[in-house]
Amino acid sequence: MIKTDILIIGAGPTGLFTVFEAGLLKLKCHLIDALPIPGGQCSEIYPKKPIYDIPAFPEILAGDLVDNLMKQIEPFQPGFTLGERAQTIEALEDGSFIVTTSKGTRHQAPVVAIAGGLGSFEPRKPLIASIEKFEGNGVEYIIRDPEFYRSKKVVISGGGDSALDWCIFLSDIAESVTLVHRRNEFRGALDSVEKAQELKNTGKIEIITPAEIVDLKGETNIEGVVIKRENIETTVACDHFIPLFGLSPKLGPIADWGLEIEKNAIKVDNTLDYQTNIPGIYAIGDVNTYPGKLKLILCGFHEATLMCQSAYKRIFPDKRYVMKYTTVGGVEGFDGTKKEAPKAVIKAIV
Amino acid sequence: MIDITITIIDRQGVSHEINAPTDMNMNLMEVVKSYELAPEGTIGVCGGMAMCASCQCYVESGHQLPVISDDEEAMLSEAFNVKTTSRLGCQIQMNPEMDGLKVELAPEC
Ligand SMILES: Cc1cc2nc3c(=O)[nH]c(=O)nc-3n(C[C@H](O)[C@H](O)[C@H](O)COP(=O)(O)OP(=O)(O)OC[C@H]3O[C@@H](n4cnc5c(N)ncnc54)[C@H](O)[C@@H]3O)c2cc1C
Ligand code: FES
Repeated sequence: MIKTDILIIGAGPTGLFTVFEAGLLKLKCHLIDALPIPGGQCSEIYPKKPIYDIPAFPEILAGDLVDNLMKQIEPFQPGFTLGERAQTIEALEDGSFIVTTSKGTRHQAPVVAIAGGLGSFEPRKPLIASIEKFEGNGVEYIIRDPEFYRSKKVVISGGGDSALDWCIFLSDIAESVTLVHRRNEFRGALDSVEKAQELKNTGKIEIITPAEIVDLKGETNIEGVVIKRENIETTVACDHFIPLFGLSPKLGPIADWGLEIEKNAIKVDNTLDYQTNIPGIYAIGDVNTYPGKLKLILCGFHEATLMCQSAYKRIFPDKRYVMKYTTVGGVEGFDGTKKEAPKAVIKAIV
Repeated sequence: MIDITITIIDRQGVSHEINAPTDMNMNLMEVVKSYELAPEGTIGVCGGMAMCASCQCYVESGHQLPVISDDEEAMLSEAFNVKTTSRLGCQIQMNPEMDGLKVELAPEC
């Protein structure tokens, strides 16, 4: 069981900044995210695109914003459970909560902050009738460990960066790699497209376009895919089929936690502290709704800040505390580091 | 300010005739969002960058639409439920020529 002060569901910009504000109050945080990397939408959808409305940054790439946040929170040593979806929540008698993930990892905390954005990023599944039957039996939507494919016959479909990049990477590991895409054109970084072309020319990978996978073959485990090209269907034998059509966010299990939901978002008390209808559970960032809500990063930062103050009072109802400026109080990390403003120079002029 | 009238058939098959402003730099996806014709979070996921296909629609009227860009074409080639009339709503800008446009929203996926 992982124990912490504030359990944050969602490691997008809002969840990450929560760690900093909580750290100033000496509260420890642990984050859960369905994605294998932190950053939420900024990492998954637009890491290389600029943002122009972060206060004091005339322009910053979404990926750099995430890197900066990670650096800013480093002294507070947050814990991460990545690649797992928060699935169930259980309220204990002492007022704390246990959150269990899709992989069974259990976390306990007196405060839960849901910073789940538009929802947990789930793979977009191609519309092939038999696909669900083979999930876990040769069909994977996310590559977690490339070694898993060593000496295996792999078919990948998709036309974007991840399809290209994984084809290139697995070409050294798998017995064979076949890439199937609906068009001859791929959307990826120029060097990825060129590398894939070179691997195709040297026969290290096979690329079948314009084509589509229309059916899957096999008993329990997948044994082949049926590829349709110019109205001709052929079966290609394989051990694994990896459709890479990107991820789309789904609110998912959180919708069944007894929280008040409106417009696919969690209703919160915005006049006070962004608490939900369940005391001790807060919702901040894109995942919440209240009159006048705007889904912007800067709003998520603000909500996280107020929420942490309220969480502190919930955890330490009898302790007095007043907010201190970081310039005045400095930043004292849990790792023993301390940042503080240089002292003024006081020296006599004689 | 010039408003145009367009018809949007939502994912439940209900037809809505609505007014859309042409002077607010809005695209079709944003018009659908502003009238809440698709649940929050199921349309415009990428904010209108031709990167998610959540705004896919089928164009039913014979309007002269903007030429499909490489980005839109690439995204549609990775989308599901694509038909020959498919377009990404976020790539269709509201202007006076779009008056009378009729589209149906593609299923959520
Ligand atoms: C293309 C694009 C451009 C944008 N441009 C701007 C801009 O210019 N300025 C601006 O302010 N905003 C912009 N935004 C919006 C901004 O990215 C969001 O407001 C911001 O990412 C919200 O942060 P968040 O942390 O609340 O949620 P998210 O970034 O959505 O992160 C939520 C995380 O929670 C995880 N999660 C959810 N549920 C679960 C669960 N049950 N278990 C485990 N993990 C879960 C998800 O996997 C996700 O990683 C843009 C968005 C897009 C898509
Ligand atoms: S809103 Fe994402 S493609 Fe149009």
